Amino acid sequence: MPKVTVETVDHVARLARLSLSEEERVLFARQLDQILEYAESIQALDTKAVEPMSHAFTAGAFREDVPREGLPRDRVLESAPDAQDGLFRVPRVIGG
Amino acid sequence: MSALHALSATEIRRKVAARALSAEEVTKAHLERLKAVEPRLDAYLVVLEERALARARALDQALAEGRPAPPLAGVPVALKDVLDVEGLPTTCGSRILEGYRPPFTATAVARLEAAGAVVIGKTNMDEFAMGSSTENSAYKKTKNPWDLGRVPGGSSGGSAAAVAAGTAPIALGTDTGGSIRQPAALCGVVGLKPTYGRVSRYGLVAFASSLDQVGPLARSVEDVALAASVLCGHDPLDSTSAPVPVPDFTAVLGGGARDARVGVPWGFLEHGVDEGQLARFREALGVLEKAGARLVDVELPHLPHAIATYYIVATAEASSNLARYDGVRYGLRARQPADLGGLYGQTRDRGFGPEVKRRIILGTFVLSSGYYDAYYLRAQKVRTLIRRDFEEAFRACDVVAMPTSPVPAFRFGEKTEDPLQMYLADIFTVPANLAGIPGLALPCGFVGGLPAGFQLLGRPFDEETLLRLGAAYQAETDHHRRSPKL
Repeated sequence: MPKVTVETVDHVARLARLSLSEEERVLFARQLDQILEYAESIQALDTKAVEPMSHAFTAGAFREDVPREGLPRDRVLESAPDAQDGLFRVPRVIGG
Repeated sequence: MSALHALSATEIRRKVAARALSAEEVTKAHLERLKAVEPRLDAYLVVLEERALARARALDQALAEGRPAPPLAGVPVALKDVLDVEGLPTTCGSRILEGYRPPFTATAVARLEAAGAVVIGKTNMDEFAMGSSTENSAYKKTKNPWDLGRVPGGSSGGSAAAVAAGTAPIALGTDTGGSIRQPAALCGVVGLKPTYGRVSRYGLVAFASSLDQVGPLARSVEDVALAASVLCGHDPLDSTSAPVPVPDFTAVLGGGARDARVGVPWGFLEHGVDEGQLARFREALGVLEKAGARLVDVELPHLPHAIATYYIVATAEASSNLARYDGVRYGLRARQPADLGGLYGQTRDRGFGPEVKRRIILGTFVLSSGYYDAYYLRAQKVRTLIRRDFEEAFRACDVVAMPTSPVPAFRFGEKTEDPLQMYLADIFTVPANLAGIPGLALPCGFVGGLPAGFQLLGRPFDEETLLRLGAAYQAETDHHRRSPKL
């Protein structure tokens, strides 16, 4: 098993869009290493002929593709931290 | 106890239907009880006094006009704050959802309210249901009603404490890896995790979508069965909800335990179970045996891998589900970020607590390039092996019995420094979620003044057998009739 380092945590935090403090980076590296070492037990199992299980039951997973009303736009925007003209407002993305 | 707050949901419904009690009286009594004990317990995040009284009066009015009494007429219920109610805050115990008021109501809640239940408040929980002690709430620490220096369990700790303390006869929780059953055990109440797909997840904020299930907590099997009969059922708004007929679960409660085969995986119970807890478990098996059940040994050889499997699968799903909290559409937003990337990163850093961050990091890691096959895919395969273990066991038995938690309620701070120790406390509860099967947690006595508990696990969609055996057990015991001195 690879050792989890602060660099691993930095890489994963970037993927997950999480800004972490210095303290958290060090703590999480140590704790993740511990947790993955514990989880190492599953590597010894023979899973060659075993199908992966993503859901317990899949019956009923499909429905007719019928258009229906969505939620009212003004109700949805009520919870937005910033909205304008019926849209979510965010910092400038292009040409900032 | 003859106070109104000590009545069962079944008794309340009977009396309200017979108009011997008004829903308003019942609601007021529970709100008074809540005011008396809540300052010591911190079980609720919000109390909905006016809304509850208005609903209760409306119900009384309808009954006075001769309308038939619905199945939960006048029964106060508490909701874990992970379930949406239109126009009311949903926090999930997290700062990141501050200010969020959902524009829709969870199907589970809508079903309760349509059945005449009166929502009196929303309960505290571990942030995003991640935890086993409710200490991960961003808002408050809920105390165990049996010992205020100890945790109520988690993540539905507020709901379990509310029921144990008599502020609501029924509460809703959610169970992703034991979050209904473990707090039920630690607070000495009954909790049902239904089969995956039994109860709609529409309006339930997602933690791990293939494992999450909504279910009731109450002080008796009878009340849990009453609530489950209302909660269960197919919902077109949840594509994973099962189109399977729902029986009246209360109809099977008098069926007894005769000739039921109760499987016990002794090999799995050898290590790490508190001695007192194990003694109470053996006594519980003895009670079932005396009631006519037959005990059989079963093997569940892959269960020692359940914790590792669970913490890979659940965190992977969580890391994906929690990507939506980015400060754009609802909840918290970081002030004055330099750019959009900064808005995401700073909002998530400020809004999420340490356990949620830890799980997002772990889940993102096991899904990341180079590690996916070794961790996530492999864990999904081990999940299949665990499910097969149960399928094999259910050839030889009708239910599997195990302790619910290896230990009774622990002290605040006892496990917070070492996340792995906290995870290991879920050893007996996560297998049911991985397999998708139902589980019923029951109180079975005390260890040093703290509740002990055991659980019955059943075949998919066979909640009836669990509830029938649970009722047979409670007919022979009175552990569930004891209440904490508050």
